[in-house]
Amino acid sequence: MVVETNFSSPRTDAFPAGLRVLVVDDDPTWLKILEKMLKKCFYEVTTCCLAREALNLLRERKNGYDIVISDVNMPDMDGFKLLEHVGLEMDLPVIMMSVNGETRRVMKGVQHGACDYLLKPIRMKELRNIWQHVFRKKIHEVRDIESLEGIESIHMTRSCSELFDDGHFLGAEDSTSGRKRKDADNKHDDKDLVDPSSTKKARVAWTVDLHQRFVKAVNQIGFDKVGPKKILALMNVPWLTRENVASHLQKYRLYLSRLQKECDIKNSFIGIKHSDPSSKDSTSGSGLHNSMNVIQDNVSNGSFSFSVNNSCVPDVDLKGHEGDGKGITSGPMAESKGTFSIDIPDPHKGKSLQISFDHSHGSVDSVVNLASFGSTDTVQYSWNEVHEIQFKQEYEQLQLENRINQHPLPGLQHDLLTKYLQPAVPVGPGPSVTEKTGTSSGFEFKPMCDEYRSDHIKHSTPTEAAGESHTLNDQVFESICTSTSSMKSQDIIPNHLTESEFSPRNLYDGLGVEDLQLCWLQDDCYAMNSALQGFDCTEYNNPATIPEMPFHLYDAPRFDHEHLFDPAEYYMIDQGLFA
Amino acid sequence: MEVVQMQRGLVDYTKTLFMECFLDAQFLQLQQLQDESNPDFVFEVVSLFFDDSEKLLNDLSMALDQPSVDFKKVDAHVHQLKGSSSSIGAQRVKDACVTFRNFCEEQNIEATLRCLQQVKHEYYLVKNKLETLLRLEQQIVAAGGSIPMIEMGFLKTINMKGKHDSGVVYTVETYGVFCDSTSIRSL
Repeated sequence: MVVETNFSSPRTDAFPAGLRVLVVDDDPTWLKILEKMLKKCFYEVTTCCLAREALNLLRERKNGYDIVISDVNMPDMDGFKLLEHVGLEMDLPVIMMSVNGETRRVMKGVQHGACDYLLKPIRMKELRNIWQHVFRKKIHEVRDIESLEGIESIHMTRSCSELFDDGHFLGAEDSTSGRKRKDADNKHDDKDLVDPSSTKKARVAWTVDLHQRFVKAVNQIGFDKVGPKKILALMNVPWLTRENVASHLQKYRLYLSRLQKECDIKNSFIGIKHSDPSSKDSTSGSGLHNSMNVIQDNVSNGSFSFSVNNSCVPDVDLKGHEGDGKGITSGPMAESKGTFSIDIPDPHKGKSLQISFDHSHGSVDSVVNLASFGSTDTVQYSWNEVHEIQFKQEYEQLQLENRINQHPLPGLQHDLLTKYLQPAVPVGPGPSVTEKTGTSSGFEFKPMCDEYRSDHIKHSTPTEAAGESHTLNDQVFESICTSTSSMKSQDIIPNHLTESEFSPRNLYDGLGVEDLQLCWLQDDCYAMNSALQGFDCTEYNNPATIPEMPFHLYDAPRFDHEHLFDPAEYYMIDQGLFA
Repeated sequence: MEVVQMQRGLVDYTKTLFMECFLDAQFLQLQQLQDESNPDFVFEVVSLFFDDSEKLLNDLSMALDQPSVDFKKVDAHVHQLKGSSSSIGAQRVKDACVTFRNFCEEQNIEATLRCLQQVKHEYYLVKNKLETLLRLEQQIVAAGGSIPMIEMGFLKTINMKGKHDSGVVYTVETYGVFCDSTSIRSL
């Protein structure tokens, strides 16, 4: 039963041998049997009988595993929940197992993201081929990235082994030396993308920590305005390149959109379909953009329906902004929007949501998406929420506001936003949200956003500011989209709700503030502020920053918080990004 | 010589266990997983199964002993036992669990109590058989011989309903009968 002998790939040396598998099952007998079987397949096996323990293991070693096999019925946590968490946080393929093979259950598994569902008793031959799921995922990831950036080709095809190696790079701290694609410049110009030549960029391992920073940054920046560059700036992770961020951003957006979809279903959230994705950041952030736009419209209407264009989101390719630092949304968000950069870039850079939107960008373009919301404060995407972690902190502040301002990541965010924005979220990131409404139409949010961001950031860690904002942003993005779902920290959710408003911000932060800036702030954003309902933008008070338009001024009430904050979902979203 | 005889005896014994549905193909899988790096694999797994099952059976007894039976809990335990028994291929135990679960759904206390008895009965039977089998294996190994492998193909031949030389073929339906009626067939 030597698996690899059958597999002969010139490049990969031993793939699939050495595949790192984590097995989770409360039945000790099965655990032992599976371990033995997997070892016979020459895989590296780790077993644990508790889902919580499994999650801890996964989190500790972000890239320590390639695939997870889990039983459905476990005492401490439902297997499906674990599945979602893993998908969100780590984006690893998960195989479910059960003695129960009813179609309903299998369907549920698939719905929750399982890449396969095995019936017990499990045969060796079924385990032999689990490597295909890992491989497939890698390929898809590469494809996504490539399509977005063009250069981002992780050269997957280079070799399977590369895939595996790259697969889970250790992220932040560990930087796979050498392989990282150094994005020399953070310039966010798409041309950056072209770096393919260099080698295959090492895949960055998005650890939980890194992701959180990303989300924070996103949130800070404001989902709409997010752009890789901004996010990168906020994240403050030296070895991280813009491309890395961009691709991650893209994933995040996708994630959010996915969540959003779910949220949408759940929430009757503001009709986010903001049809005004105009600013869509064509480049990349369009995804975000859309969402933002949506928000804007809503904002103006007072209804945040940020329509996070889920669809867009993918495009948003958060990472897309690599070159332009626009952040995710930069796309559509016309920079003009100005400031949406939720990340109240300046003022609070440091602490407050550092949504690094780069004010400098001036164009908020990326963020702009949010801007498009302009008035729609509606979307407070609780991007932040997405990043549960981030959110939490942010929420405290006002994040909620920001969220909304943040501009619901197009599409994705929207979902998130709705999710997060949960009605309660009116207050975006910053208290300032409220200001927004009152103040200039444009950016009232901004301050909020900023605040929000700052809040987020603050919450997360004042110090992070830049970096954190990143996470915020991520969160924002995610939150927006995923906010509902990924609320990992379920606890956050409640907080998020209020904070959810911030979430959008968070999202944006990560997104590249640069980009995010766009859109939101455009005056419209402020409308959003108002929409934010209750945001107490006061915090924002960053008049300057305000323009950034909190991501999604969500109509707080609109959000169906409950839905939005589905921790699991939120979690998943996060996961997605991490992946 | 003796070793050879022991081996033959072991093979025959194992075959009857399969024929009588005490064990199924999963057990063969386990045997095949055993190798030099892990010579006691089957023994370890079976031991785990025993420990786990006994605990589950205790839990089940307690749960059914309550004045107000929590069928969800009972069902959860039975589900676990089902999973466990499927891990080593204890087919009859597994089948008994299936029936048990059906009655749990109906929330039929009387029937579930009978099912519990049935499951216990099956469990002790298979435990006994396995212990015998393992003992035989140990003897062979102690005498310097190796444990003969049963061909998977063998199982196909007994996958037929109907009578075998051993006399009785236990099928799921049979088990069902056990629960429905109070008659207990001697296995």
